[in-house]
Amino acid sequence: MDRHVIELKGVNYRYDKEQVLSDINLSIPKGSFLAIVGPNGSGKSTMLKLILGLLKPRDGEVKIFGQPLLKFKEWEKIGYVSQKANAFNSGFPATVYEVVASGLTKKAGLFKRVERKYKDEIMSAIKAVDMQDFVYRNIGELSGGQQQRIFIARAIVSRPEVLILDEPTVGVDAKNVQTFYDMLERLNVELGITLVLVTHDTGTVSNKITHVACLNNTLHFHGSAADFEQVKDHELSAFYGHDVQTIHHDHSHGVH
Amino acid sequence: MIEALLNYEFLQNAFAAGILIGLIAPLLGAFIVVRRLSLIADALSHVTLSGIAASLFLSKTVVAFNGLNPLWLGMGFSVAGSLLIERLRSVYKHYQELAIPILLSGGIGVGVIFISLADGFNTDLFSYLFGSVSAVGRSDLYLITGISIIVLLVVSLLYKELFLLSFDEEFGKASGLSTKVLHLIFMVMTALVIAASMRIVGILLVSSLMTLPVAAAMRLSRGFKQTIGLSVLFGEIAVVVGLISAFYLDLAPGGTIVVSSIIILLGAIGFRNWFAVKN
Repeated sequence: MDRHVIELKGVNYRYDKEQVLSDINLSIPKGSFLAIVGPNGSGKSTMLKLILGLLKPRDGEVKIFGQPLLKFKEWEKIGYVSQKANAFNSGFPATVYEVVASGLTKKAGLFKRVERKYKDEIMSAIKAVDMQDFVYRNIGELSGGQQQRIFIARAIVSRPEVLILDEPTVGVDAKNVQTFYDMLERLNVELGITLVLVTHDTGTVSNKITHVACLNNTLHFHGSAADFEQVKDHELSAFYGHDVQTIHHDHSHGVH
Repeated sequence: MIEALLNYEFLQNAFAAGILIGLIAPLLGAFIVVRRLSLIADALSHVTLSGIAASLFLSKTVVAFNGLNPLWLGMGFSVAGSLLIERLRSVYKHYQELAIPILLSGGIGVGVIFISLADGFNTDLFSYLFGSVSAVGRSDLYLITGISIIVLLVVSLLYKELFLLSFDEEFGKASGLSTKVLHLIFMVMTALVIAASMRIVGILLVSSLMTLPVAAAMRLSRGFKQTIGLSVLFGEIAVVVGLISAFYLDLAPGGTIVVSSIIILLGAIGFRNWFAVKN
């Protein structure tokens, strides 16, 4: 078994004329909690899409569980939570239970029904995100933060080894962001799920993550969270300019 | 009514066909509505019209088409239209809704040309436009039964995949679903259901049976399965009430079915509002 769940070697990607990612080398150890930070347009979402096989790299290599991307078939091992707030059709008439059950689509296989057969798995995923009181509510009736928990439940119901989250707290109100990250930490520590998180909330997650990758079309920093603390101010101000001050302020208010 | 049903074969055909499409049109309609494709169903129905018109024209001019049920060519056009829509949607990536007016006007345009060539309107064409209680023949019924079986099989076998495609296409892709193939299957099924429903509700009103019962169900239901169940229930009520009143009042069933659906829809909206005030 490979120690690294995901490896990128010399990966380049461009949309039309714009070079979005150049020479990315990144390896994600099993059981880690990696935060990918970087400004808008830095290629964070593109990198996730490459890992998920939604985009194909121009050159370089993406390996998942030691296998080249094109040969990798066990997608149920990878859970994905997208940046939902803007895309989600909140009027969709589906219950929490139905949405979480849909996370088993691939695992169950073609022509198989999931909703009765996997009742225990579905309920325990809903419990893991602490939403057991809302099982038969329509997803549209929930708040943004609650919806995002349901999408996590949908991603973990197939018992993935890796969970990939693309700015999951967009549209979640500030007071619930902290509890949201507490829940992620539980998934990482208690269930041993490797987490890959794209985020702007560097302050709020800093005490939970184990690794950091700073991306701005190239990889500026990649290493452990402890090492990142040393270079943090320098790295972040290079990306965000003055905004880095705001992040610090938010953080201190949040903690005290 | 029961006596008339026992005596007249045409009524038996109309009711059997009506009950089948009252099942499959709202069933597929539930997916169409939540995927925001309602207008695509409308565009496809107009393409079906050009197929019917072409068949009526050919039956006058080409001997080989003489005995052919126009439903076949209508179905062929409809399926071809569904594939064309996909092509257009990928050509105009940023203006995907353009596919709708292109096919809608194209369908009518071609249809009108064939209608003129075939010497204008006649009762046959009228029955295709607005539905008919008396025009459903045995061969129509067989075709509608065949389409119903295919649609029921595909939806029940691919239910969870279709649900995922409708709810969150990106997540579907990320979990390894071949969304393109699935979407294509879905569009072809939509084309088939439109062709099947046309005989009863008429080309111009086909999409109503796929959308109005679903719109009513969405006001009342909890969850997607319940939405489907209620949609089918409302669809069946609208078809049966619509067919009976069309028969007794000598009206085109397309009109009576749509009016019944709208009454159900208003009832559902009213009930929901009353319920919300009461609680």
